[in-house]
Amino acid sequence: MTTAPTARENAVGTAHTRVEGRDKVTGAARYAGEIPFADLAHGWLVLSTVARGRIRSIDTADVLAMPGVVAVLHHGNAPRVETGYVGMLGVPDPTSAVFQHDRVPHAGWPVALVVADTSEQAREAAEALVVHYEQEPHDVDFTGEHPDAYPVDSHGPAVIEKGDLEAELAASAVVVDAEYTTPEEHHNPMEPHAATARWDGGRLELVDSNQGTFWVASELAKMFSLDPASVRVRSEHVGGGFGSKGLRAHQVAAVMAATELHRPVRVVMTRRQMFSLAGYRSPTRQRLRLGADADGRLRALEHRSLSATSTVHEFIESAAGPARTMYGADAHHTANRLVRLDVPTPTWMRAPGEAPGSFALESAFDELAEKCGLDPIELRARNDPEAGPVSGLPFSGRNLIACFREGARRFGWADRDPRPGLRREGRLLLGTGTAAASFPAGAGPSTAAVTAEADGTYTVRINAADIGTGARTAMTLVAADALRTAPDQVRVRIGDSDLGPAFIAGGSMGTRSWAWAVTIAAEELRERLALGADIPPEGITVRSDSTEAIGALAQKERHSFGAQFAEVAVDPATGEVRVRRMLGIFAAGRIVNPLTARNQFVGGMTWGISMALHEEAVRDRALGSHYGADLAGYHVAAHADVPAIEADWIDDPDPDDPVGIKGIGEIGIVGAAAAIANAVWHATGVRHRDLPIRPDRVLMAGVRA
Amino acid sequence: MREFAYDRALDVSGALALLDADPDARFLGGGTNLVDLMKTGVERPARLVDVRELPLDDIEVTPDGGLRIGATVTNSDLAAHPEVRRRYPALAQAVLAGASGQLRNMATVGGNLLQRTRCGYFADVTKPCNKRVPGSGCPAIEGEHHNHAILGASEHCVATHPSDMGVALTAFDAVVSYRTADGSAGAPRGGELPLADFYLPVGDTPHRETALPPGALITGVTLPPAPVAAHSRYRKVRERASYAFAIGSIAAALDVRDGAVREVRLAFGAVASRPWRATAAERVLTGAPADAETFAAAADAELAAAKPLPHNAYKVTLMRNLVVAVLTELAEEAAR
Repeated sequence: MTTAPTARENAVGTAHTRVEGRDKVTGAARYAGEIPFADLAHGWLVLSTVARGRIRSIDTADVLAMPGVVAVLHHGNAPRVETGYVGMLGVPDPTSAVFQHDRVPHAGWPVALVVADTSEQAREAAEALVVHYEQEPHDVDFTGEHPDAYPVDSHGPAVIEKGDLEAELAASAVVVDAEYTTPEEHHNPMEPHAATARWDGGRLELVDSNQGTFWVASELAKMFSLDPASVRVRSEHVGGGFGSKGLRAHQVAAVMAATELHRPVRVVMTRRQMFSLAGYRSPTRQRLRLGADADGRLRALEHRSLSATSTVHEFIESAAGPARTMYGADAHHTANRLVRLDVPTPTWMRAPGEAPGSFALESAFDELAEKCGLDPIELRARNDPEAGPVSGLPFSGRNLIACFREGARRFGWADRDPRPGLRREGRLLLGTGTAAASFPAGAGPSTAAVTAEADGTYTVRINAADIGTGARTAMTLVAADALRTAPDQVRVRIGDSDLGPAFIAGGSMGTRSWAWAVTIAAEELRERLALGADIPPEGITVRSDSTEAIGALAQKERHSFGAQFAEVAVDPATGEVRVRRMLGIFAAGRIVNPLTARNQFVGGMTWGISMALHEEAVRDRALGSHYGADLAGYHVAAHADVPAIEADWIDDPDPDDPVGIKGIGEIGIVGAAAAIANAVWHATGVRHRDLPIRPDRVLMAGVRA
Repeated sequence: MREFAYDRALDVSGALALLDADPDARFLGGGTNLVDLMKTGVERPARLVDVRELPLDDIEVTPDGGLRIGATVTNSDLAAHPEVRRRYPALAQAVLAGASGQLRNMATVGGNLLQRTRCGYFADVTKPCNKRVPGSGCPAIEGEHHNHAILGASEHCVATHPSDMGVALTAFDAVVSYRTADGSAGAPRGGELPLADFYLPVGDTPHRETALPPGALITGVTLPPAPVAAHSRYRKVRERASYAFAIGSIAAALDVRDGAVREVRLAFGAVASRPWRATAAERVLTGAPADAETFAAAADAELAAAKPLPHNAYKVTLMRNLVVAVLTELAEEAAR
């Protein structure tokens, strides 16, 4: 870090450790579940054990007599809330509006909250609470036929069909027709969801762990029919979110209990509860049909994706979306369809759509390259579109092939023998693979306030959420450059809905959205200060709102791109696959803080290893609930699974962004699983189209040289 | 969680007396399994008798050249002990293949033998499980069982024993020593159980796991001398590179003379409710040519009894491959 208060303009782009890093590593940083409150009561959620039915009765008397228990909230006594509103990101998932009726739409549905003086008492009582159900037959089987599946729009239309698919397929010299599946996957941030609610002087205050305090505050205000100004949500430090930390059952239950009991109430999810309450990525079943001329030029591209949601709320995993950005074809058909099952509602999970979609699309491209006898990178170069393949809009920047070229150079791709199943090292078979990555780049309207303090320092108020990304540090650097000062002269306040509206930490849009608002305010403040005004004791503050500037952006295809490379070793006698090395090269806009950016890319790629080889939530069909819903049963990559991973980027500033940012939060996972799967094919000669690529699958599929 | 009493025992008779006095008491070793199960409500003891301070943490070479390992020796100390590494390398490898450094620093030899299955139905009190609630049923048989037993299971339970250490100990004919409280005179009584008889057959009583008498305290494990064990190996296959239980493992020791198997020890992990001694395979191997053909025939002889379920049939292939691969490696090394 810079220590002297010298003016500089190059904070953005140089590595800075996190401004709150010392607090975090010394334990001084307090997370939502750790902040003390006087007279705090603890709520423990009770989740349904049946997968479908009705609550017949709840035996509360015995539990209310247990030590320390002060209340049991359930559908018979909980306050009614509003769910018919449209929030910042659409209609609310009624799962979070707890205890409103006696229906049970899935296993793990919240049926009661037991509140006690201590967390241990609440847990003991919650586990003792007897709930009688009227059980109904359930269906949690995603793998079967689903004639009732239907198309659902998401960020784009559910179905886009351009050209005559069957005619182009028939005219194609080479056709790939394959089905790919990805399993149910869970976010599992390190920090479980935790919220403490209390009423303070007529205001509802929530200390929470979330991805946007203004978002959660506005949802709570609508749900509880409160004046938005009378709800304050704070979220100082967040131990990971990945899409799972919006409005969820625990916050609503805590608010209900605090309201009923007139004392602060904390509700924390257990790791096992998170598997039912925190959202997840739906399993997908995807069919790809690619038709190409002998030279690899695409004539037909069809990508159809099926995902699942609950019976109470629509959420679609739009895995067929990425093809609309990636590759052009005369006939271009994409469709996202949904089936309703007796399961919890899925949600956004790191690179929603792109993560599972890229596995199928980029695996199919590898298969097409093999059939055409083309290098996989050359195939992508031949199909790199000039403009949006479906939209026809110009790209704001598309450096995909540049990423491949740089990656190929550094990975040593040129020496690769494309033939599979040839490389042996002792008992192991070795292979390499590559895949493309993309993720939309966007910005959401935000407000900021920048104050020149009387002592010569600056205070930036931006309602960002630092969910582990280093947002607080990034805003410090952005503000320092805009103010032409040193980062240590800038203090950044985030994570408090009282700071005003700002976009969430989501969609890879946080840093860009907040930086935009901060830059507008800081630049205006610098201009005001340049006039030489004296700074009064309360400082000089400039406020900004980026709504208008963002609204004025021209319509373009705006995305980050990347190229993933992986080398694997496969033991054909046991089916074990281990990744040896990975390289990701990204074109993802201007990089604000190389230190934390690399961390994000490498984190995404590591998750890609997990996705390729380990992660899979298993649901027992007969019981309708999860099997092994904990971190012993649900495997993520351990340290020993994560080899030398290198992530780097090429120069790719966004011309339409004041700082040049695109967004880096999600693209690291995109394409990573496909690169690994393609490497497994190169090692063994067998295509693995079902994730995760478990030892039993590899063992039984064998080797084909 | 449920409140419980905690006592720390400083000598064996004190530990036995404390346990004897409370029918809901359990011994606590490193707590790496028991404490987890208490958090999830699978185990609900009223009292824990902490035996980690008992003077049972020695590893000694016995006069006949075997090893005596105290019950409270930690996994870390066991794996690091020079005599273990020299005389029974597969045991050290097995221990190091399990858990993490932090867990191995806490976990004890006695506790390791008594750890419970990691079957996800057993670990979840909202689900039926004959091992946890006798008569409630076994959902694994129709449900998720891709890492369940293929040998020695029953229609009542298909759970596996999770230990790595136990697989090596089984291969080397370990004998478990225990003490029980004497109700009248107060003096402890001792007993011994070969590990081969330590775990009970599953049958229709999967909740009864060991032949230890009620209230018994494991005091140690004795490994008889086994020169063949000096040339041994443990190989563990798992779904990630570390920190996962085996989907199949093998402890093997091989002595080859003039191209023929003079002596062999073979045990399997993650295939049965107990560490599985592959006696049928050993019979085929002993005296036979030390080649891949024999190794495969031996594996087939052992696995002929396998009764795989729809999603764990791969374990038959996996174990066959492991037998051939590990014995081939040991034979090649012996030939060098």
